[in-house]
Amino acid sequence: MSLLAVENLEVRFDTADGEVCAVNDVSFSVEPGETLGIVGESGSGKSQVFFAVMGLLAANGRARGKVRFRDTDLLGMPVSQLNTIRGAHLSMIFQDPMTSLNPYLRVSKQMTEVLVQHQHKSEQDARRIAIELLERVQIPEAARRFDQYPHEFSGGMRQRVMIAMALLCQPDLLIADEPTTALDVTVQAQILDLLAQLRDTLNTAIILISHDFGVVAGLCERVAVMYAGRIVETAPVREIFYRPQHPYTRGLLQSLPRLDADDHQELPTIPGQPPNLQSLGEGCAFSERCPLVQPHCLTDRPLLRQIAEDHSKACHRDLAA
Amino acid sequence: MNAPLLSVRDLKVHFPIRVGGVLQGRYKQLKAVDGVSFDLMPGETLGIVGESGCGKSTMGRAVLQLIKPTQGQVIWLGQDLAKLGAKQMRAKRQDMQIIFQDPLACLNPRITVGDIIAEPLRTFHPDMTSAEAKSRVQKLMQQVGLHPNMINRYPHEFSGGQCQRIGIARAMIVEPRLIVCDEPVSALDVSIQAQIINLLRDLQQRFQLSLIFISHDLSVVRHISHRIMVVYLGKVMEVADRDALYTHPRHPYTKALISAVPLPDPDQERAKQRIVLSGDLPSPLNPPPGCVFASRCPIRTELCATTPPVLEERSTDHHAACHHSE
Ligand SMILES: Nc1ncnc2c1ncn2[C@@H]1O[C@H](COP(=O)(O)OP(=O)(O)OP(=O)(O)O)[C@@H](O)[C@H]1O
Ligand SMILES: Nc1ncnc2c1ncn2[C@@H]1O[C@H](COP(=O)(O)OP(=O)(O)OP(=O)(O)O)[C@@H](O)[C@H]1O
Ligand code: SF4
Ligand code: SF4
Ligand SMILES: [Mg+2]
Ligand SMILES: [Mg+2]
Repeated sequence: MSLLAVENLEVRFDTADGEVCAVNDVSFSVEPGETLGIVGESGSGKSQVFFAVMGLLAANGRARGKVRFRDTDLLGMPVSQLNTIRGAHLSMIFQDPMTSLNPYLRVSKQMTEVLVQHQHKSEQDARRIAIELLERVQIPEAARRFDQYPHEFSGGMRQRVMIAMALLCQPDLLIADEPTTALDVTVQAQILDLLAQLRDTLNTAIILISHDFGVVAGLCERVAVMYAGRIVETAPVREIFYRPQHPYTRGLLQSLPRLDADDHQELPTIPGQPPNLQSLGEGCAFSERCPLVQPHCLTDRPLLRQIAEDHSKACHRDLAA
Repeated sequence: MNAPLLSVRDLKVHFPIRVGGVLQGRYKQLKAVDGVSFDLMPGETLGIVGESGCGKSTMGRAVLQLIKPTQGQVIWLGQDLAKLGAKQMRAKRQDMQIIFQDPLACLNPRITVGDIIAEPLRTFHPDMTSAEAKSRVQKLMQQVGLHPNMINRYPHEFSGGQCQRIGIARAMIVEPRLIVCDEPVSALDVSIQAQIINLLRDLQQRFQLSLIFISHDLSVVRHISHRIMVVYLGKVMEVADRDALYTHPRHPYTKALISAVPLPDPDQERAKQRIVLSGDLPSPLNPPPGCVFASRCPIRTELCATTPPVLEERSTDHHAACHHSE
């Protein structure tokens, strides 16, 4: 049985200007110990998929579809029950540290609370465990800084505090939303090593949402690419990087600035604007920007279809490798 | 030689931090920025990279006088900013904008995106008609890749990367001469990232815009910067022309950084030899007496533990602070 299975997930938001279709018909699954990378356009629904999984959608949002964690249905579960699963088996590192750190509470309080509440540890044990984890995510002088408030930490330190918080309960599934964006590469490398080590020793499954293709290349086994609320391509990591089959994936890979580039020319970009999620048309959402668009792309929506073993894409055309 | 837009001399920002118990606590100085100097020419981009917590954001804010420097000077077109009165400083603000690192935390949740982006226009051009302001806002939204018909939405209704672009549009709308960009593109997908970088470079070429570009992404920094400054624990480790820094890094920390950049290629990335830094990160509350990098440096000697190295020119316009750099 998969650890997490998402089927036909949809997320809708009500706004003053109408309904926003943030996530559309998304299905995927994650096995224990697996590492899945999620990449894609900014605003394409990557975070909202997992907010829905965690039961944390904003008040104007609604989710439909199926989300199974082992054999439990998460969607529509009462909050109290969801809380026990979230505290013990599932955790998420949020993209914006300040959304999950309470600015008015000391870091110590926020970290120990989880252990005291969910694992019934004593205050003293909880402090010890929490400080140990802060040291593992490279917070200097963790013991001394433990009782400070979030704003007294730098952006990257707050991010590491969140990573430590997410690891407190040794989750079976860790959802990491841009976990290392604020970190320098030497510390990032250490954190990624730590995540890989957790996966290898505790069989923790990891979902890594990231814009950094280097990070995904290093850690993930499988990658899903999102565009306009849909998964448009999914395949093992080497396939995505060496044989991308969706025009959007190709465009992304071509836009990467290279460390070894001596020229400082304009970077190639994908022309055009991201689509408006309030009025998605009939056809392929990428059609306005796609170099390979054909007339029927404008009228028929391409569904995710298998094109090779373990490689699927949502595009009508077959591309030369 | 034309004159610098901005000259920063021996800039220091120290935060008093209470250590020890709540009652008998004493204060210690956290040296977030500790003696940084540089010049920035019109139309130039200075990239700043470094450890998380090394003081990059604090430096950016102190340069713009959003935090009062503890010591040192920030000279803008020959004028010492610290000596300006509040009113004069306000007038200067139009020319110096900032894109904040933590976008959501910095956007007022109760006003619409259109009003957030237009806010600097109201401050600096109070006589502009609202139709004119709106059309400018829409044009900029388009340029940063935000759909203009999202103009009436509120910040929490946007994704992380979209919020970042709101901040970028807001900084650009008054056509400043300097923008401090604090991790402006790290939340964006690579295609939008490329669009924003191209846009910033285009503005730079057209209006001689100067940029201080803070980022942890060395590939992006290399692409956009003319010069790059590597910072560690509030101090400058190395400054050089972008290509010189990448092809001939002289400081061990710079070398470690370059070796650790994740490569967007699974085979190369997994086979890569990176310089692994062991040793603890030093605490800014208790900086080591000698070289600040000594606790993690693979080539340290006894001298490093006792004597701080000075930032010296090693070849033309290439400075490094290390006792043992070539
Ligand atoms: N509360 C909300 N109300 C209306 N729209 C929303 C709300 N929250 C998110 N959205 C929209 O849903 C879409 C998906 O957002 P999501 O945060 O999942 O993007 P993302 O892929 O994580 O992007 P990023 O890479 O920038 O973080 C976005 O277009 C966003 O504007
Ligand atoms: N208001 C404050 N009070 C006390 N200490 C602070 C304050 N702001 C920043 N600091 C400390 O100053 C140091 C530098 O912080 P700063 O935010 O400038 O780092 P940074 O280089 O921008 O890091 P990051 O890459 O993580 O954003 C850190 O040790 C931080 O904890
Ligand atoms: S379906 Fe058509 S428009 Fe869409 S990505 Fe494929 S070729 Fe391009
Ligand atoms: S001065 Fe010494 S410790 Fe510092 S970087 Fe150079 S060799 Fe390393
Ligand atoms: Mg997101
Ligand atoms: Mg910062």
